[in-house]
Amino acid sequence: MSKKSKNFLRGIKDTIPLMIPVVPFGIIFGVLAIDLGLTPLTTIAMSVIIFGGASQIIFLQLFSAGASSLIILSSVGAVNSRHLLYGTVLSEHLSDLKLTWKIIVSYFLVDQAFAVSNDYFKKNKKDKDKHFHLIGGGLNCWMIWQITTIIGIFLGSIIPEKLGLTFAIPLTFLALLVNDFRKLINVITIFVSGSIATLGYQIIPFKAYVIVAAIFGLCVAFILTSFIKKKNYE
Amino acid sequence: MNSLLLIILCGVVTFLTRFSMIALLKKEMFNNRIREVLSYVPSAIFPAIIFPAIFLDSSGSFLFEDNPKILASIIAVIVGMLSNNILATIVAGLSTYWFLIFI
Repeated sequence: MSKKSKNFLRGIKDTIPLMIPVVPFGIIFGVLAIDLGLTPLTTIAMSVIIFGGASQIIFLQLFSAGASSLIILSSVGAVNSRHLLYGTVLSEHLSDLKLTWKIIVSYFLVDQAFAVSNDYFKKNKKDKDKHFHLIGGGLNCWMIWQITTIIGIFLGSIIPEKLGLTFAIPLTFLALLVNDFRKLINVITIFVSGSIATLGYQIIPFKAYVIVAAIFGLCVAFILTSFIKKKNYE
Repeated sequence: MNSLLLIILCGVVTFLTRFSMIALLKKEMFNNRIREVLSYVPSAIFPAIIFPAIFLDSSGSFLFEDNPKILASIIAVIVGMLSNNILATIVAGLSTYWFLIFI
């Protein structure tokens, strides 16, 4: 098997456990969109064109509340601003790629694919075809997202709200962080960012609390790492 | 504005946030200090998604008492640290949560 397909398949495999919450999330999105009066075709177009769960839900919330296009666009931008940091982190590994590959990789740069490929890239720095790992992981997310959107559109609310499956979303991200709970600076960063996001949720406009909290967290990590020698916390 | 046009614009915004840094930054711009700080990006972003989903209800109000998500998350972290397994962490959290709300 070529290195490309090996990386591609590994990306799919690594993202499989992360698909548990994507299934109910996609179905919920499909149900909501139809409930709010979008046509099935517009709903599918949204999952293909935007391809981002949080952005699509925000879009629906604001659109149904009659918000102006400018508010919707800036809120989607704010929700997506975390991708700027994902791109910054991964760019080191992707800067030698041709423009076409950069465009393809960018389309698939979703949270789950970032999380697994960030680790994979660090461990396989020399591999020229490592971007296939992200494409595999991203494509896996893409397939599940489109299929579940369609299921949501046509089956309606088959998943009872009482099951609380939306709780699977924070759990996935928690699962991605468990190794960071072993390191002091990471734990401090986690609690700073988490507290600011929770307290700022209502106050910070345009749902920008994620990026505001992340920047605070990074500043704290920057300050702490400047003072503490690496050997003390690893 | 036509809803399809607005969706396309939102798609463009989303794509640009994903693409811009990958397109603009060169690997020569990185040094060990920058790499070190950037290694904290997951620890800085994910909690901003996790914490509000655990501690706030659907209307955005604080929910500290009688909140099964808190205990379920703690169990998930413990299982995660012991098992080092993503699937086990998610399953442990969800089953604790279901146990608490149904029993």
